[in-house]
Amino acid sequence: MADPMKIRAAMVGDKVEVKVLMAHEMETGQRKDAKGATIPAWFIQNVTATVNGRTVLSAEWGPAVAKNPFLSFRFSGAKAGDKVVIAWTDNHGDKRTDEATITA
Amino acid sequence: MKIAMAIGVAGIAGATLAASLSLAQDKGSAAAGIEQYRAALADGNPAELWEARGEGLWKEKRGPKKASLERCDLGLGPGVVKGAYTILPKYFPDTDKVEDLESRLVTCMVTLQGFTPEQAKKDPFGGPGKKVPMDALVAYVTSESRGMPMHVSLAHPKEKEAYELGREIFFYRGGSHDFGCTSCHGADGKRIRLQDLPNLTNPADARRAYSTWPAYRVSQGEVRSMQWRLNDCFRQQRFPELEFVSPASIALTLYLAKNADGAKFDAPAIKR
Amino acid sequence: MKMDRRRVLKGASGMAVMSLAMAAGLVRPGTARAEAWNKAAFEVKGNLNEAVKALGGSGATESKDIVMSSPDIAENGAVVPFTVTSKVPHTESIALLVEKNPNMLAADFTIPDGTEPWINTRIKMGQTSNVIALVKADGKYYYTSKEVKVTLGGCGG
Repeated sequence: MADPMKIRAAMVGDKVEVKVLMAHEMETGQRKDAKGATIPAWFIQNVTATVNGRTVLSAEWGPAVAKNPFLSFRFSGAKAGDKVVIAWTDNHGDKRTDEATITA
Repeated sequence: MKIAMAIGVAGIAGATLAASLSLAQDKGSAAAGIEQYRAALADGNPAELWEARGEGLWKEKRGPKKASLERCDLGLGPGVVKGAYTILPKYFPDTDKVEDLESRLVTCMVTLQGFTPEQAKKDPFGGPGKKVPMDALVAYVTSESRGMPMHVSLAHPKEKEAYELGREIFFYRGGSHDFGCTSCHGADGKRIRLQDLPNLTNPADARRAYSTWPAYRVSQGEVRSMQWRLNDCFRQQRFPELEFVSPASIALTLYLAKNADGAKFDAPAIKR
Repeated sequence: MKMDRRRVLKGASGMAVMSLAMAAGLVRPGTARAEAWNKAAFEVKGNLNEAVKALGGSGATESKDIVMSSPDIAENGAVVPFTVTSKVPHTESIALLVEKNPNMLAADFTIPDGTEPWINTRIKMGQTSNVIALVKADGKYYYTSKEVKVTLGGCGG
């Protein structure tokens, strides 16, 4: 099971600003190891963020997203105390879901 | 006016050298661009992932004695993590030697958790797909000193001795390229390609440099500590390997820490 | 591909398609709909129009209503930060593409109603290249691009 994400969600005016750090190798599949063998691609393919059951962001990623991805986005229609749930799935089928409470 | 010196190291392809020379012409705008790049990365440092993992490892019962590190004395008393990094390296009576953070973590893993020294020192640096406890513990402990002033003491004779040894190592030139730390870090205005090199004998540069390690190195995709930094410098100098938590590594760290006296600790940072 | 599937599933025939798919063993009963991942789009090399086609569109117009903010020089191409703000009305998605990467599409973000058309993330650049922010709004595609220089930092690692 992958390492937990670090999620920060805070009210900025009447919007929620979310900052996420995900732990993932995001291996491109372009690199070779010391023996010359290609290191297989291993990367997050799908990301969804939901609040109170509503999807506030979804994304399809390729391996060109940086390792240990950082993502920030903003949305309205939620308040301090609500929970932001972020989930990712990678090309191996590994998943990770974490949540954070929106701070004032 | 700063004199930019590109240090030629055997193995740099001609194209890269040419590119770096043409870039040298607009070094002003390049330097500004790099500042912009660094500022843009400041928020959202993957090191936080290591800090979180490290905090877990500090509290987790591990090793043959199934104990956590929560009684580990990092210099401010058993279990005191906050501010501990600012006074390291320092002399510890229980081991009768000068220790830095990583050697102290090894000491505690041995005495509190029952690991053998070999087990505790094994694989100190993470790599692709390889997670190790040591760099996470370093990230956690150092994060608890963020924002505090750094002051190492030279009061104890062994601390003085380590400082003198560290200085000697800093200026020692050898290896196939006759390099010493001083070759890259002993004067103002040195640069490798677009990387400005701090003059570690200059207090202002030393403070800025020393206070930003450990750091998440983007090019490594890992959190790297001072032990790693010095090990890698030795590699680049074509020196024999600087053994993890060896007296030489601690002495050199103490020398650099003393030069950086008074710096506001600003790590774990994020670097290229 | 992605768009057609969405249109089909939205319609009343969606359920019929799903049960056909289940019967064919393509979707196991009880499995949530597998997340879509546009393989073809993530394999396009160096051609924006091809990328737009793979995403279901036909061509993109340059727009000053898309603002890309990033450093001009990346000290290391492994991590290059970008902020994209789209002022194009009814923005549905924002994508980032790196022209000279082995595969140009890096990320594609769907922006639902209520979410600001604003994304801050970090991508890998293999070399100095144009980076394109591609916006879909009201079914049409718009883009802006910026050259970001990628340099090597210091010595080795």
